[in-house]
Amino acid sequence: MTSKPTFRDEIANLLYASQGSPTNACIQCGTCSGTCPVANYMDQTPRRLIGMINANLKEDVLDCNTYWFCASCYHCTVRCPADIDIAGVMYAIKRYSIWNKTYREDLVGPRFSEAFMKTVIRSGRSYEPLLAPTYMFHFGPKEFFNEAVNASKMMLKGRIPVLPPRIKRLDNFKNMVKKIIPLGENS
Amino acid sequence: MKKFAYFPGCSLEKMASSYHKSALETTKYFDIELQELDDWNCCGATTYFHLDEILANTLVARNLALAEKEGLDLVAPCSACYKNAYFTTKYFRKDPELAEHINFALEEDDLHFDAKIDVYHLIEIFVNDVGAEKIKEGVQNPLEGLVIAPYYGCQIERPGKGVPESEDPSYFEDLISAMGAKPAYFPERLRCCGGSLIMTSRVPALDMVKVLLASAERNGAHVIATACPLCQVNLECYQSAVNEEFGTDFNLPVLYFTQLLGLALGIAPDKLGIGAELVSAAPVFNKLLPKEAS
Repeated sequence: MTSKPTFRDEIANLLYASQGSPTNACIQCGTCSGTCPVANYMDQTPRRLIGMINANLKEDVLDCNTYWFCASCYHCTVRCPADIDIAGVMYAIKRYSIWNKTYREDLVGPRFSEAFMKTVIRSGRSYEPLLAPTYMFHFGPKEFFNEAVNASKMMLKGRIPVLPPRIKRLDNFKNMVKKIIPLGENS
Repeated sequence: MKKFAYFPGCSLEKMASSYHKSALETTKYFDIELQELDDWNCCGATTYFHLDEILANTLVARNLALAEKEGLDLVAPCSACYKNAYFTTKYFRKDPELAEHINFALEEDDLHFDAKIDVYHLIEIFVNDVGAEKIKEGVQNPLEGLVIAPYYGCQIERPGKGVPESEDPSYFEDLISAMGAKPAYFPERLRCCGGSLIMTSRVPALDMVKVLLASAERNGAHVIATACPLCQVNLECYQSAVNEEFGTDFNLPVLYFTQLLGLALGIAPDKLGIGAELVSAAPVFNKLLPKEAS
């Protein structure tokens, strides 16, 4: 009987383009957590998350907000003395959680990413107003109001496009995308 | 005249059109032409990479291929666009299998990429191609009396070009000195502003903005200079939200480095897109006015 890959192996295999060492090179020094500007808001710090991956605590890893709260600033990556691309690891778990639909329901990040991607595949460009519903409805009344006021101020200064932009050779563009990811008829 | 292919990116079309205007004005001043890519597409910022790496790299590579077709190196004013273009080129060169995947898809738009071109951030053009000496010579209105916080942000220097200076760069400070202004001591200059989280993780992102504003204010900056549209929007347009969330009282202008450089070069403020701010840039002009009056 063949053995099954562990969660740690699965994550290692997802680090397609990342540079550097696999997660088991981690020495648990905590430089990543000390550097991370979002660590205070994470369920688990980056150091703990890497430790949890190495211990194959799959459910606990996928269930925390840590990887979706990563701002992708790469400060941990460039400082890691064990040469682990920690921001790359966070990206890998984001992809894993989207493909397997295992992300936490209360997080806006995965839905925002999917909506962003769909907008771009349809038009070749991003367009903020179409994305607003993915996050606005997660706001409390105060945040919702503030965001609406902010958006109207920016609109008045001419900083928000009225019509969604699109590229000229959109058919070619869509065919290009289809060569990598097969899309349904409605995409 | 030096010429580059120019990839403005989605933000510069509207939200950061003042960056677009001031980039074109200031490069023109130094006889550098930025030729906008024909029919460029969104590079995906950070979000494509949440879904699929090969697709993300391919969409970035389409813009690179458009530049290569023109035989020009690519310049991006947005740090997120720059980081994507820079690293897709790097991965493409390193990984023949990825390169094959990309070109297989690019065929659909009659494009092909060989990674023969190089990628630069707009600020590098001023630092390396123009240089501090030529900037000093070009300055008509030295920004004397103005203290500017040089905000590098995250994606210009990281994930690292493999140079130790990435942890302690000084070119932004040198650029500010060349304008005749004083660079503020700004220890948080490389800390992330949380731009990619502002839509999805609101409070952490506002907290990150707060840290930067507090550091700039504490160190006597009159204005923060940025080199990225996401940083600018985050630091400026969300200042009132920061004040609301944390009970602070920030009112610190945030301008693009090209706008401040343009002012120093004597270019009219409206040509630099000044006036579209949510946090008024008036304090910047008040600092500069007494000198003009005397």
